[in-house]
Amino acid sequence: MDLHFGDSKPTDDERAAVDALLGPPESSWEGADRSDADLRWARGGHRARDRRDLLLPGLHAINDRIGWISAGALGYLCRRLTVPPAEAYGVATFYAMFSVAPRPATVLHVCTDLACAAAGASALCSGIEARLGPGSGVSVERAPCLGLCERAPAALAVRAGDPVRTAVSAPAGVEAAVQAASAPDSAPGERPAADAVPQAGDPSLILLNRIGVVDPSSLDDYRAHGGYTALRRAFALGPAEVIREVTDSGLLGRGGAAFPTGRKWQATASRPDRPHYLVCNADESEPGTFKDRVLMEGDPYALVEAMTIAGYAVGAHQGYLYLRGEYPRALRRMRHAVDRARARGLLGDDILGQGYAFDIEIRRGAGAYICGEETALFNSLEGYRGEPRSKPPFPVEKGLFGKPTVENNVETLVNVLPILALGAPAYAAIGTAGSTGPKLFCVSGTVERPGVYELPFGATLGELLALAGVRENLRAVLLGGAAGGFVRPDELDIPLTFEGTREAGTTLGSGVVMAFDDSVPIPRLLVRIAEFFRDESCGQCVPCRVGTVRQEEALHRIAERTGADAAGDIVLLREVGRAMRDASICGLGQTAWNAVESAIDRLGAYE
Amino acid sequence: MTAIPLGVPRRLVEFTIDGQEARVPEGSTVLDGCRAAGKDVPTLCQGDTLTPKNACRVCVVEVEGSRTLVPACSRRAEPGMEVRTDTERARHSRKIVLELLASSVDLSTTPMVAEWIKEYDAKPDRFGPAAARLNEEPKIDNDLYVRDYDKCILCYKCVDACGDQWQNTFAISVAGRGFDARIAVEHDAPLTDSACVYCGNCIEVCPTGALSFKSEYDRRAAGNWDESAQKQTTTVCAYCGVGCNLTLHVQDNEIVKVTSPHDNPVTHGNLCIKGRFGYQHVQNRG
Amino acid sequence: MTKRDRTPKTYTRLTRPLVRDSRDEPFRETSWEDALERTARGLRRHRGAFGMFSCARATNEMNYVAQKFARVVMGTNNVDSCNRTCHAPSVAGLSAAFGSGGGTSSYEEIEHTDVIVMWGSNARFAHPIFFQHVLKGVRNGARMYAVDPRRTSTAEWADGWLGLNVGTDIPMAHAIGREIIHAGLANEAFVERATSDFEAYRALVEPWTLSLAEKVTGVPAAAIRELAHAYARAERAQLCWTLGITEHHNGTDNVRALINLSLLTGHVGRYGSGLQPLRGQNNVQGGGDMGAIPNRLPGFQDILDPAARLKFESAWDTVIQPHYGLNLTEMFEAMEEGSLKAVYCIGENPAQSEADSEQAVRRLRSLDFLVVQDIFLTRTAELADVVLPATAGWAETDGTTTNSERRVQRVRRAVTPPGEAREDIDILCDLATRLGHGWKYADAEAVWNELRSVSPDHYGMTYDRLERHQGIQWPCPSTEGLEPAHLHGRLWERDPERRGRRAPFGLVRHDPPVDLTDEEYPIRLTTGRRLDSYNTGVQSGSFASPLRRGEFVELCPEDAEHYGVVVGEEVRVSSRRGSVVAPVWIDTALRPGLAFMTMHFPDEVDTNQLTIEANCPIAGTAEFKASAIRIEKLPAPAYVR
Repeated sequence: MDLHFGDSKPTDDERAAVDALLGPPESSWEGADRSDADLRWARGGHRARDRRDLLLPGLHAINDRIGWISAGALGYLCRRLTVPPAEAYGVATFYAMFSVAPRPATVLHVCTDLACAAAGASALCSGIEARLGPGSGVSVERAPCLGLCERAPAALAVRAGDPVRTAVSAPAGVEAAVQAASAPDSAPGERPAADAVPQAGDPSLILLNRIGVVDPSSLDDYRAHGGYTALRRAFALGPAEVIREVTDSGLLGRGGAAFPTGRKWQATASRPDRPHYLVCNADESEPGTFKDRVLMEGDPYALVEAMTIAGYAVGAHQGYLYLRGEYPRALRRMRHAVDRARARGLLGDDILGQGYAFDIEIRRGAGAYICGEETALFNSLEGYRGEPRSKPPFPVEKGLFGKPTVENNVETLVNVLPILALGAPAYAAIGTAGSTGPKLFCVSGTVERPGVYELPFGATLGELLALAGVRENLRAVLLGGAAGGFVRPDELDIPLTFEGTREAGTTLGSGVVMAFDDSVPIPRLLVRIAEFFRDESCGQCVPCRVGTVRQEEALHRIAERTGADAAGDIVLLREVGRAMRDASICGLGQTAWNAVESAIDRLGAYE
Repeated sequence: MTAIPLGVPRRLVEFTIDGQEARVPEGSTVLDGCRAAGKDVPTLCQGDTLTPKNACRVCVVEVEGSRTLVPACSRRAEPGMEVRTDTERARHSRKIVLELLASSVDLSTTPMVAEWIKEYDAKPDRFGPAAARLNEEPKIDNDLYVRDYDKCILCYKCVDACGDQWQNTFAISVAGRGFDARIAVEHDAPLTDSACVYCGNCIEVCPTGALSFKSEYDRRAAGNWDESAQKQTTTVCAYCGVGCNLTLHVQDNEIVKVTSPHDNPVTHGNLCIKGRFGYQHVQNRG
Repeated sequence: MTKRDRTPKTYTRLTRPLVRDSRDEPFRETSWEDALERTARGLRRHRGAFGMFSCARATNEMNYVAQKFARVVMGTNNVDSCNRTCHAPSVAGLSAAFGSGGGTSSYEEIEHTDVIVMWGSNARFAHPIFFQHVLKGVRNGARMYAVDPRRTSTAEWADGWLGLNVGTDIPMAHAIGREIIHAGLANEAFVERATSDFEAYRALVEPWTLSLAEKVTGVPAAAIRELAHAYARAERAQLCWTLGITEHHNGTDNVRALINLSLLTGHVGRYGSGLQPLRGQNNVQGGGDMGAIPNRLPGFQDILDPAARLKFESAWDTVIQPHYGLNLTEMFEAMEEGSLKAVYCIGENPAQSEADSEQAVRRLRSLDFLVVQDIFLTRTAELADVVLPATAGWAETDGTTTNSERRVQRVRRAVTPPGEAREDIDILCDLATRLGHGWKYADAEAVWNELRSVSPDHYGMTYDRLERHQGIQWPCPSTEGLEPAHLHGRLWERDPERRGRRAPFGLVRHDPPVDLTDEEYPIRLTTGRRLDSYNTGVQSGSFASPLRRGEFVELCPEDAEHYGVVVGEEVRVSSRRGSVVAPVWIDTALRPGLAFMTMHFPDEVDTNQLTIEANCPIAGTAEFKASAIRIEKLPAPAYVR
């Protein structure tokens, strides 16, 4: 491509960061010194343009090393990957974790989202800023949910360098957060993942049974606790039978949309177009959700095994794990697990000697809730802005790189292991007829024991909250996260199933259960939810891009009003909300008004 | 030997629009069907030379069985589909989309919008005086183009025309996210520091006047832009042997802008800098 | 020293006829009557020593009338146009191989091909909208190869770029041919049925091993091999070229060498497989099609063919000279010899566009009578006795032009010409009347219909149909149907009768550029176009292009370092013919020993003072693409930081 590059040059560090990812440049056209051979023969074209998907890893490489992305660094990366600088700039500015303006090497992300806000995040933020003072070398950035809700309030420090260093402080106080930011290496270690699982060690657990029991770094320990029996069984059954088992199990997707997993697999497996891809959506960003993080941190090999089975069933030889950028520990654990599995022949050309080839590449998100939308995730993986595509065509037909693709959430995939271990009938016997199997719930807010809970589908909201130790003065429960809906304290008999919540006019979503007492005014929560959607809208379609702004403006106006004073704006909210729900391209805009609507109608938030 | 490709014969798809039978060749969109049936479905981001982006959502219609409304411009017609173009639900979303756009963007040079706002009884003012607007100043950094992003509805057409759909120059992209997203060159540099080759193919597809020829912009500013007094004549460019068709827009015997027919087999509506702007020599009349 | 003024010279339209009694006087405005009478006198005086420079930028209709004027009014076949300076070798080469001088494919086909070879063509700059069709093909999966001394914008899109030495196209092509034969990739059935002289060709290319080609072209053998295999193995392939092939002293041979590859592989005469010479001006194709060339009558009909002559003689009520006229190059030589004394130059600027421009000016000055008909007072017009103000063909007249894919398209009058400017056809007819031929055409369509009546390949193209179909590609013999958009499908017919004449391989030999580099002139200068400018800049200089930076001599970084010069610094550039001062630009697309300039700013830097008038003996095109130069740093820095 006849790309245009400005005069900015990369620094040695920036160049080294990119070369560490891509290897040294092959020719002067890619950024090496000019050689005689280059001036006679240049190879490029399709081959050069085919590496676009390395753009996001390249941006990470620069950001990790330097802390921000300069014009020279971006230009060099573009030259290496044959990507137009304007497009790369569009991509870099899409993600919240990147900066194209200079900033300090250390960024402290302080969560100000619902659970953390309820736990005093705003005081924490101002405390940290006051304590650090100007010129501290730390950039404090208010962040949407960091997925550490069981330890609210939470902060994540990222210090650029080689290697990049991270430290989590949660629950964070001013001192601890400042220490994490100023000396990430010597900050106190993070609590084990099992601490997020109050039921840890309970032998009746199915999905969480190894968490806190096995050493998450040990493949042998994993195998000693039943690991890789499901894959053996899959090989014994063959791909078609695996899909039948999953179909018969009644497994529905756990990412929020509850689509039958077996049908998705079957649809992909039967497409003649090749190759097929498997994508695991680990971009867990719904405020209040942290179960996938706990699974990956506590039982990483389970996900490797489950992805291998899914890949085998749908005829994929390459799997991508798209992991949330704000999950450094999950990233480390998963990288380690994938490397170990590869070293042991559990990934690679000939898995378990069965002649089946499969490998997993881990790609990091960079701070964009929208990338949890399946097609936005494809665009992000391919090196484009994480904007959703219009459907149809659906991913099973044209997904990643335009090829048939299965995309499943982490929890969904992990369910495949017990399905194969127990057999479909036994699995389907768990839960209800419409919602089979066990389900993970992320309980946070005003409860005694926040964390990830596993219950068979069918338990009531009240039972779950009792388990978590609900406190007095319960004012509202948010189900399904920011895209979900509020229910009242007198609705605790709602059964936690897809069909049960639907009947009750609410949603299970991804399994968020956030309890609020009367210490936090509901209108303030709604403003925070509206800010979240405004910040996270990709901007592609008008209803969402402008609608989320108008929604936030209206909620600000009525934050302190009730009754007739709020009535006009509530009409406005309803009308805009209806159009967002009806006319937005993707689930983000379609659900951006859900929680607000439920708070108005169910909680009477402005009465 | 390879004969002249006849193309795969296209079947007809039968479906209904507002209860009436409609038939379109396979692969056609719902919008194609609506237009053939004489239905008035508004569009903004749809372009006859570009793959639908369906970003504006003003063309939404109801399709039986679909949870949400469906963008007519991009949804392929399917056999048995039941499309309704004028329901309260579809009209509501169109109205809100118009209100959202008109309350944040300067639509003063967007054709048809004023009529639609009236037709759908849209009231952009109801979001109040404090409603956020784009608040962009016109960017005039060269003698050929003006980029007035206060008028930009972010339809992506310019990006697609500059990018892989036609020009493959990739001078511009969408930068930022959400309401802050803007069309920009890298590092928000002026156009003169970008990859731009001034083909004007972005202006050709811009539906709102956000992108305009400086010749038009200056005349509008001077109150001397009169489309009713302009005559359009299509001729052939004199700058190379490719034979691009130029449509000269002439006002008072002055060429004031140059476009190209979108259905022309040579150009498909695209030109290069010479064809688009190289007319001045003819009117150096002393 | 002050900064150089980079505003290009802008020209103001001519609005009244200009005359002068002697070349020492300035022009004075006069009436049409006076100007035309003087012209008629001047031409009448030199019947028999007359040449017509017709215009590759004017309409088909104008070219038809201009060549008819030369043949009927002046009784000579000395009519030609600036196609001589660019694509005459393409016409000559294609005609020799296939009997017809047009590109064989249409643009749309390149979107549906498998391999695209861009040879000596920076279409990204010179033919941007054609390149959009190329990019559609690339996006559809076609692999693209670029053969060009420079790594141009076009080459940057290529899967493989082959940076050969200037003027080594024939070694490259022959090596590709040999490799295809040796790898067993020749299309034997096609070669056997549709071509001739294959055995001679095989013997001709046999010495051109990949390693010899590497030595001569500078391109690694592996790269040549890759291109050979990609082209030969493709199911469909397009071979495109521009002036990098034709503007050589052996341009026609170069064209033949490329055509050979299509014959060897059967990549011609099929949808998606073909040859595409990209024309530099809006009506280079049409000018020749209309007979504004010394060897053909309108509609590709050979002057040496008595039946063709007879047809035109009866249609025009005249006698046509039964021999070829002089081409543009030969006419310039005839000026030197004194056998050509009067020239009627319509819309051309040879004083600046010819290679070795000083020589061209000297020769034009030696004419006894020069009438220039143009919209500006060009450098050529400044040399004239009479200057007639004309209209801009593309915007001020009606008619048609024919593009590179042989598509005849309507040109329409959109603006009223300034002052007393008159249409070319109108002026020609007025002059013809004064010279005893009472020509009258109601309008351009009447001219076109006369052309249709004498050119079977244009017969089916009525103005109505041209409008309806947005242009029609020739041949179009019928007013009912349309022919396939590619030429020479006949070569694939089973029936030898219908297959027709075999396409002969061109038995052409390598002949390096005439202007050799040596110690004194160590740098190879090649020339070309930039994106926003056109030819001598008379048209393109008037708009405010943000891309324009004026003329530079472009060097590679290594040479710039070697000479100790930086961007913007003025240097002396000298060839064996002339010398200019130009500022330096540094371009990584060049390599040591290779420099680049354009001819867009002749009033600023007259690049054609450097180029060599070494002409292709068949087509007459000069070797603009290969001069030997040296770069000299000026004693005091002539730039301001």
